[in-house]
Amino acid sequence: MKLSTVKELLNAKVISGKEHLGRDVFSACGSDMMSDVLAYVKDQAVLLTGLVNSQVIRTAEMMDMVCVVMVRSKWPTEEMIDIAERADIVLMTTEYRMYEACGQLYSGGLIGEAVRRE
Amino acid sequence: MSEPLVFQFDVDGNDFTSAGRASVQVKKLLRELGLPADVIRRVSIAMYEGEINMVIHANGGVAEVRVDERDITIILTDRGPGIPDVNLAMQEGYSTATRSIQSLGFGAGMGLPNMKRYTDEMRIDTEVGVGTTITMVIHLPQPQ
Ligand SMILES: Nc1ncnc2c1ncn2[C@@H]1O[C@H](COP(=O)(O)OP(=O)(O)OP(=O)(O)O)[C@@H](O)[C@H]1O
Ligand SMILES: [Mg+2]
Repeated sequence: MKLSTVKELLNAKVISGKEHLGRDVFSACGSDMMSDVLAYVKDQAVLLTGLVNSQVIRTAEMMDMVCVVMVRSKWPTEEMIDIAERADIVLMTTEYRMYEACGQLYSGGLIGEAVRRE
Repeated sequence: MSEPLVFQFDVDGNDFTSAGRASVQVKKLLRELGLPADVIRRVSIAMYEGEINMVIHANGGVAEVRVDERDITIILTDRGPGIPDVNLAMQEGYSTATRSIQSLGFGAGMGLPNMKRYTDEMRIDTEVGVGTTITMVIHLPQPQ
């Protein structure tokens, strides 16, 4: 799925990294605990979260993720935008809550593990 | 690359917002050195976990990263409270993190086990009331 489709499915506003919306992603994860993201996530390229702090973006960068979606209309700090821009991470915000946002992407074809469904 | 490259960073213990900056820098430096992506990712995650620990549990410290032909070595040194029971601290799910740390997205007790998982060697030297030094080594793939 292209990140531009992620944006559409979530009716999201892109805050940084518009130029990377053509990237393809195959899986996503949702969590407010960066500890769990660091420990359990494998190749998921998109992180959905309700947490707002710089470590969200740094965690995504350390894990080679390419997109962070902030749920419940959360808005990033200036520093988060800055880190995302430097790391070429697409940062977007959606009105959907975590459960609905994950559901939208999952039913749209974005799965939890990085294997393509036939 | 005959001389080892050595990078040093101060890790500020008073500012949670900045926690992880050293790891971001290291990731950039390792990319510039052209190291394999999976090695960079393992170093990044292990160092990031250790750096966050220094900030939330030990009031900051110093991070040093050495790169030579064989290994990447990460040495994290702090003058924090030390770890009274290392075996316990290494268990998945063990954490002394407060609620306020959990509200920042950390404190699941997964960091130390994760550091061990992503590195080839890990050593913890710690003394209560003195501080902690964590040394992690990741081997570089060798040309056949
Ligand atoms: N540098 C340190 N100085 C003092 N205590 C530490 C240090 N690093 C870890 N600890 C202790 O070991 C425990 C386990 O650490 P670990 O990184 O596994 O979990 P955590 O930091 O509590 O949570 P998480 O890493 O999942 O966010 C910590 O809760 C803390 O009590
Ligand atoms: Mg930790």
